[in-house]
Amino acid sequence: MLTNNTREKLIKAFLWLSGLIIVAILFIIIAYIAIKGVSAINLDFILEAPRRAGKEGGIWTTIVSTVYLTLVSLLIAVPIGVGSAIHLEEYALRRSWFANLVNLTAETLAGIPSIVFGLFGFVFFVIFLQMGWSIISGSLTMAIMILPTITRTAQEAILAVPAEYRENSLALGASKWQTISRVVLPSAVPGIITGIILSIGRAVGETAALILTAGSSLGMPGGLLDPARTMSVHLYILAMEGISMDRAFGTAFLIIVLIVIINYLANLSLCRMSQVSRQI
Amino acid sequence: MKYLKLKSENIKVFYKDFQALYDVNMDIQEKRVTALIGPSGCGKSTFLRTINRLNELIEGTRTEGQIYLDEEPIYEKDRDVVGLRRKVGMVFQKPSVFPMSIYENVAYGPRIHGIKDRNRLSEIVERSLKAANLWNEISDRLNSPAARLSGGQQQRLVIARVLAVEPEVILMDEPASALDPISTSRLEDLIGELKKNYTIVIVTHNMQQAARISDYTGFFLNGHLVEFSRTDELFVNPRDKRTEDYITGRFG
Repeated sequence: MLTNNTREKLIKAFLWLSGLIIVAILFIIIAYIAIKGVSAINLDFILEAPRRAGKEGGIWTTIVSTVYLTLVSLLIAVPIGVGSAIHLEEYALRRSWFANLVNLTAETLAGIPSIVFGLFGFVFFVIFLQMGWSIISGSLTMAIMILPTITRTAQEAILAVPAEYRENSLALGASKWQTISRVVLPSAVPGIITGIILSIGRAVGETAALILTAGSSLGMPGGLLDPARTMSVHLYILAMEGISMDRAFGTAFLIIVLIVIINYLANLSLCRMSQVSRQI
Repeated sequence: MKYLKLKSENIKVFYKDFQALYDVNMDIQEKRVTALIGPSGCGKSTFLRTINRLNELIEGTRTEGQIYLDEEPIYEKDRDVVGLRRKVGMVFQKPSVFPMSIYENVAYGPRIHGIKDRNRLSEIVERSLKAANLWNEISDRLNSPAARLSGGQQQRLVIARVLAVEPEVILMDEPASALDPISTSRLEDLIGELKKNYTIVIVTHNMQQAARISDYTGFFLNGHLVEFSRTDELFVNPRDKRTEDYITGRFG
C-alpha cells in the first residue's frame, strides 16, 4: 500500500512530467527546424526571388504573398466577424431564431475541413466569379475559414465586458452605439486580438485551400487579381516534389519567425488603437 | 421655495409575470434629498430606475403609469430617452469606472454630448472633480488609469462623471454599500453639498444614513410604497405599523 504522502508525490511527479513533455515537444520541433533550417537561411534566401522552381534563389515573393494574403483575409473577416459578434451579444434578443441560426452556422463553419473550403472557393470564386487563381480568391476563401474563430472570440470578449459599463454609459445619456464603440469594444480588444492571432496562424499555415484558390505561381503578386504562392504552399511543394529539403526547412523556420512577428505587431497596433496599453 | 421636480403617478413595473411595483405615487421636491428605504427586493431600486427609464434595458420589463419631470411626462412614445438621462444622472451601487484615465472618465459624458473643444472639456473636468471633492487628491495625475483609485475615490469619480453632464436630478442606488466608514462619511458630506444644486433621490439599506442625509423618506415593502413623508416625521412618528416595525428593527 502506498501512503497518502507517496501517492501525493507520485501524482505531482506525473503532472510535472506532463508539463515537461509539452514543453519538450515544442522545444524539440523548433530546435530541429531551426538546426535544419538555419543553414539554408541567409539574407539572400530571405530577400531574393526564387529561381528554377525554388531550387535556387530565395523565397521573397512567397513571404510577400503570405503577408498580402493574410492581411486581405483579415480586412475582410475582422469587420464581418466582429460585426456579427456585436449583433449577437448586443442587439439580438437572446435565443431569437436569427441569433441561434448565426451561432449554429458559425459552429458548423468551424468544423468543416479546409480542403472543402478550398473546393468551394475554387468553384465559386476562381471559376464562377472568374477571379481566377488570385490573392482575392484565396483571401475570400481564407476569410470564410477564419470567420468562425473571429466571431466566437469576439463574442466571448464582448460578453466578458462588465454589464455595469453599459449601464453607466447609458445612464450618462450615451446612445447604444456610443456605448458599444466607446466603452464595450475598447474593453473587448484584448479578446478580439486573441481571435485575430489564432486566425493569422491559420492563414499563414494553410496549404490545401490556397493551392486551389490562390494557385502556386512563384511570381511577385502585383495586385489582388494576381496569383500567389504563400510560404506554406511553397514549403509543401519544395518537400513533396523533392526540390530541396534544406530549403523546405529554411522556409518552415521563417514561417515560425513570421508568425511571431505578425502576432507581436497585431498586439502592438491594436493596443495602441484602443488605448488599452496605457490604461492597464 | 418648494418646487415639485418629479412626480410619479401610479407607477407599476412588471418583470414578465412578476409585478415588482404597485401604484407608486410620490412627489419629489427640488434640491432636496429623498431617501428610499426598505428590505431587499422591496422595489426601491426598481422605482429609482423608473426615473431614468433604465429598467427598459432588461428584456421583458414593462412599466405602466407616469412620471413627470418638471411637469413633462417621461413615459411617452417619442420621448427622447438620451435627453432624459442627461437631466437625470445615476450613481450605482458598485463604483464602476471605465477602463480609461481619470480625465477621460469625466470627459466621457460631455464628449458623447458633442463637446470637442479641449479647453472647455478641461474646464468641465476640473469643475466636476472639484464639485465631487476629488480634485485636490488627484489633480496631479489626471492621466493615470481610473482603476488605480481607491473605492471611495472611484465612487466620487463616478459622481464627478455624472456632474460633468450637468444633470438636474441625481439618482443614487446604495452608493455607499461598497465603501468603508470613512469613505461613506465623506460621501454623505458630499451629498449634503450637492443638494444645494441638485435634486437627489437615494436608495439606501442603511436607515441611519437615510435619517442623517435625507429630507424626505419613502418606505417600500413588497412593491408598495407604504409610507412617504418628511424624514423627521417618518422616523419619529411613523403612521403605518409596518414602517414602525421596520425602523425599529423588527424585520428587514
